Amino acid sequence: MHLSDFQIFLLLTLLKIAVVLVITLTAVAYTVLLERKVLGRIQNRWGPSRTGPFGLLQPLADGIKLFLKEDLMPLAVARPLFVLSPVIALSCALVSIAVVPFGALFTYRGVSLFEISDINIGLLVILGITSIGVYGIALSGWSSNNKYSLLGSLRASAQIVSYELALGLSLVGVVLRAGSLRLRDIVGSQAHHGMLSWNIWPQLLGFFIYLMAAYAETNRAPFDLPEAESELVAGYHTEYSSMKFAMFFMAEYANMITVSCVATLLFFGGASSPLGHLLPVDFGGPILSAIFPILWFVFKVFCFLFLYIWVRSTLPRFRYDQLMSFGWKFLLPLAMVNILITSLVLAFHG
Amino acid sequence: MQLALFFIFGVLCVAGALNLLFQRHPINSALSLVVVMMSLAIIYWTLGAEFLAAAQVIVYSGAIMVLFTFVIMLLNAGEEVRTRGSRAAYFAGIPGVVGVFALLTYIFVHERAALGYATLGGSLNSGVSNMTEISRVLFTDLLLPFEVTSILILVAILGAVVLARKES
Repeated sequence: MHLSDFQIFLLLTLLKIAVVLVITLTAVAYTVLLERKVLGRIQNRWGPSRTGPFGLLQPLADGIKLFLKEDLMPLAVARPLFVLSPVIALSCALVSIAVVPFGALFTYRGVSLFEISDINIGLLVILGITSIGVYGIALSGWSSNNKYSLLGSLRASAQIVSYELALGLSLVGVVLRAGSLRLRDIVGSQAHHGMLSWNIWPQLLGFFIYLMAAYAETNRAPFDLPEAESELVAGYHTEYSSMKFAMFFMAEYANMITVSCVATLLFFGGASSPLGHLLPVDFGGPILSAIFPILWFVFKVFCFLFLYIWVRSTLPRFRYDQLMSFGWKFLLPLAMVNILITSLVLAFHG
Repeated sequence: MQLALFFIFGVLCVAGALNLLFQRHPINSALSLVVVMMSLAIIYWTLGAEFLAAAQVIVYSGAIMVLFTFVIMLLNAGEEVRTRGSRAAYFAGIPGVVGVFALLTYIFVHERAALGYATLGGSLNSGVSNMTEISRVLFTDLLLPFEVTSILILVAILGAVVLARKES
């Protein structure tokens, strides 16, 4: 059978999309389980342990439960937007993973295997798509016609718009060092000496600004005011049930995974090995040397997800005015200082 | 491929713009404007201006329009009331728009050779980036307008702060 280059490209791309989607959704389901388990152990209880060995079938049971629940639609909602907003939230959360390079560069007839799409402005694409995702949350609260939902989504929009500035500016230092917005170039710029050349060391300040702003962007504790259950019932998804609620839930965890991927790529060397050249390049033959980078990448992302859960179980929630002044008066100036220092250092030493 | 993208998103863009005018609820109008911005961004991208496309999405759809919807939600704006329209619009506005549109179309069709062509999708998938080009132009040839614009925006921000500050 002879396929033209375009047919190969099309087939492989569809295959990559399917594989990445399945893996991401599975990862989302098991991140939920990980969260419940780890939270349980940190709070000195067991967490889910009855469904399957060690509770490993719990995500499956949750999925079945959410599928079979009745899909309630309150009478006073703005119907098209009410249905559309969870779709926006989930699709934006899933699309941004398309530009993430998961492994080393392996091409088959011109098609790179370990990423869906290699775009020269990959970082901006991720930022752009996540900034569209806020519409899902904003519209869900408005269309629910419920005061708690509306307050939740107002908080979410204000918070996301405010922290997006600090988030974007905190990444400028990395981009300046790499001289490119292409994620492969950024990973490549920190691959020379293993973990010694990771961006985390020269960009420690930028990393911490990114981490805090990203936690606020994903509406996670300690910035989870949009769904503060002690004041707003459940925030923007109060009126949602069944699969529509599940879509918001999955969007939140998919966003966490994206944030962890970006942190890994930008500050922790992406799929490159922390050992650098201590191991030979073709260690263990061609197949193993293709698999090892993916394992490194998954391990780093896992560490970030664990940190997310750890932070959630440890820190109390901010007050709303604290949240705003922290974002505007502390993180934003700090991010600008970071850009200034990085560009000065690059101008005199780079 | 590029031509198909252009037609799909061109039609989507015009449809969004018309929907913006005909919708009666401000939220629906704002969302139609988001559709217009996104389709414009994709058209920029197919023209090879990927940085402009990303900036369009991040700044316009991701920040400015979010603030629009935020304000509409906060003020809980209701549906508009239909009016007959102003007399000035009928006698000057609509003929004016038609005139400008006709003039622009004439110029574009007549002066095709002088205006030159853009290659569709020239740098969609390659490693070539037009960011270095944009920054070089911004910081050399267009430095003065660039800096003046930034000061203008700073003044606007200060003005907003002064207006929004509570009298103590």
